[in-house]
Amino acid sequence: MTTLTGSLRRRFLGRPTVAARAQAAVRRPELAEDPAPINIAPNDPLLAYLQSARGPVDVQALQLDSPALAALKAADVKLAVPLVSQGELIGVLNLGPRRSEQEYSTDDRKLLDNLAAQAAPALRVGQLVRQQEAEARTRERFEQELEVARLIQQNFLPKQLPELTGWHMAAYYRPAREVGGDFYDVIPLPDDQVAFVIGDVTDKGVPAALVMAATRSALRAFAPRLIEPGAVLERANEHLCPDMPEKMFVTCFYGVLEPATGRFRFANAGHDVPYVKTADGAVELRARGMPLGLMAGMSYEQREMVLAHGDSVLLHSDGVVEAHDPQRRMFGFPRLKEAVATYPGGADVIDLVLTDLLAHTGPGVEQEDDITMVTIQRAPGSTSRLLLDFELPSVEGNERAALDRVGAAVATLLPEARLDRLKTAVGEATMNAMEHGNSYRADVPVCVRVLTEPEAVHVQISDRGRPPSGGPTETPDLEAKLAGLQRPRGWGLFLIKNMVDESREFTEGDLHTLELSMRLGAADDEHPGGTHDD
Amino acid sequence: MTTETAAGVRRRGRVALIDLVGDVNAAAADNLDHAWAEATADGPDAVVLNFAGTGYINSTGIALIVGLLAKARAGGLPIRAFGLSPHYREIFEITRLADFLAITGDEDSAVGAAPRDADSAMGTTGGTSYG
Repeated sequence: MTTLTGSLRRRFLGRPTVAARAQAAVRRPELAEDPAPINIAPNDPLLAYLQSARGPVDVQALQLDSPALAALKAADVKLAVPLVSQGELIGVLNLGPRRSEQEYSTDDRKLLDNLAAQAAPALRVGQLVRQQEAEARTRERFEQELEVARLIQQNFLPKQLPELTGWHMAAYYRPAREVGGDFYDVIPLPDDQVAFVIGDVTDKGVPAALVMAATRSALRAFAPRLIEPGAVLERANEHLCPDMPEKMFVTCFYGVLEPATGRFRFANAGHDVPYVKTADGAVELRARGMPLGLMAGMSYEQREMVLAHGDSVLLHSDGVVEAHDPQRRMFGFPRLKEAVATYPGGADVIDLVLTDLLAHTGPGVEQEDDITMVTIQRAPGSTSRLLLDFELPSVEGNERAALDRVGAAVATLLPEARLDRLKTAVGEATMNAMEHGNSYRADVPVCVRVLTEPEAVHVQISDRGRPPSGGPTETPDLEAKLAGLQRPRGWGLFLIKNMVDESREFTEGDLHTLELSMRLGAADDEHPGGTHDD
Repeated sequence: MTTETAAGVRRRGRVALIDLVGDVNAAAADNLDHAWAEATADGPDAVVLNFAGTGYINSTGIALIVGLLAKARAGGLPIRAFGLSPHYREIFEITRLADFLAITGDEDSAVGAAPRDADSAMGTTGGTSYG
């Protein structure tokens, strides 16, 4: 009945009869005035009495130990007509003395009872409409706040990752609907060092986003000056503690990479332990430290490791390991560690873990928390030997020169049929680079490099100004082409895929490269990996 | 090096032969169009493409051959080929061109192929009349 206390208000609809004289009553200035409301407390016995009353109640004659009844009597209310809808008391119609100063007649009471029976459902509908409007306004405010939180967070995430020679970076961030406090950052430091940060603010929405922004700013301010991860976290903690809202704190892993050597120093303010894929399996990057903003005067253990060629670090937020399946079992650290150990590193591990997560949670389930993953992968050790390196002007027909030169360079490495396949792929890739990458601008060259390894030969064909193809390309269908449903062209990528054992695209700076690879030692009649239906 | 395409037309009986010499690429488009027009002007029973003088066919060249196939289909004209290296024969198979034109080992086989054989090659797509 708590909800009723605010809505049970005294209303004078007129004296001495209600319906017939209501309009006259409204015209009287002293009666048209809205009197002060009389609230009925939830535990007031008057509520129970009115709820069970059959018809209008004679207020002055009623004897109850009720503050509300006393207030009604003091206000000279003669009759209280309960408004009951579907068994629920939703209001009371209170009437003062009749203008004739006679008592309310039996007919008056019957009329009022009928009126109450009609008015109660209408009043209930009105109450529900107002309630729904209020709820809609609350929802709208909530959504607006979420949008603000999203904007804050996304504005403070890196727009792009650094291009470091010999390293591959990848990042994934997907906020939950009720935006959490995940963030990551990459901070350039003196001497070509780079700091990598991943963090998570407790709480959600705008408060978490604001603390995330403050933490990021603090780290960015201290990083270039202090460099050492332990010192940076210690200073950031001192900075954040005084103004940290109650019950909020920030977990944060902070690492500094020396790209030339692979040296990686790190400290951890209570964040989920990152994993490194190494030749010996998954290694944990453990270092002791309290979350930021909890307590001043904290120090942070700093440790380091050297990332070897092929090693790949995975920084992650708790949205990954704490994702639940329908039986409420968490994805868990062991499974993530196993994934790091067995999956390829770099962007691949992100894709594969996301696939596993989807299988774990089930399709169509709302994401519980923000999910953030960042990978730092050192390129595999270079056992390759540069066999050929040349440039060609982007002029139609120059693909012949490219395939002839590459063919001559690797002629002794591949059997004839596989050599022919590689040459065809090189010709097609060079045509694509000249046409789609360099728009056949003669002054913008296509770069061709041939590298050999004990197991394979790689041909890298690079152009400028073309992003990786990304989306799916149309698979050529000869019948469709003959029927005019596909354009006659469009065979280039199809041929490339079917001619070589492997092809991959990558971008470094403004250089877009397609690498074609052929295994060495494969039999002449061994067809490349792709199927004809690719 | 890139070599200019020549496309000469010969006749052996009711069969027209187009001898392709040089690279089959974008630069071959005009010559190929002219050769096709000349080869089909008098309504031959079949057209044979001779690739023996060709050392390079790229994806644009394949698109040109697709164009010829489309014209042949429209006219219900059998089209055959010979002189392909094993590599380009493989490419014709991968691209399924080999499903739509009969590939033979030499000129005599291509010219002498019974119309029924040629038709059966064309017929893999559902018949000889595509008009």
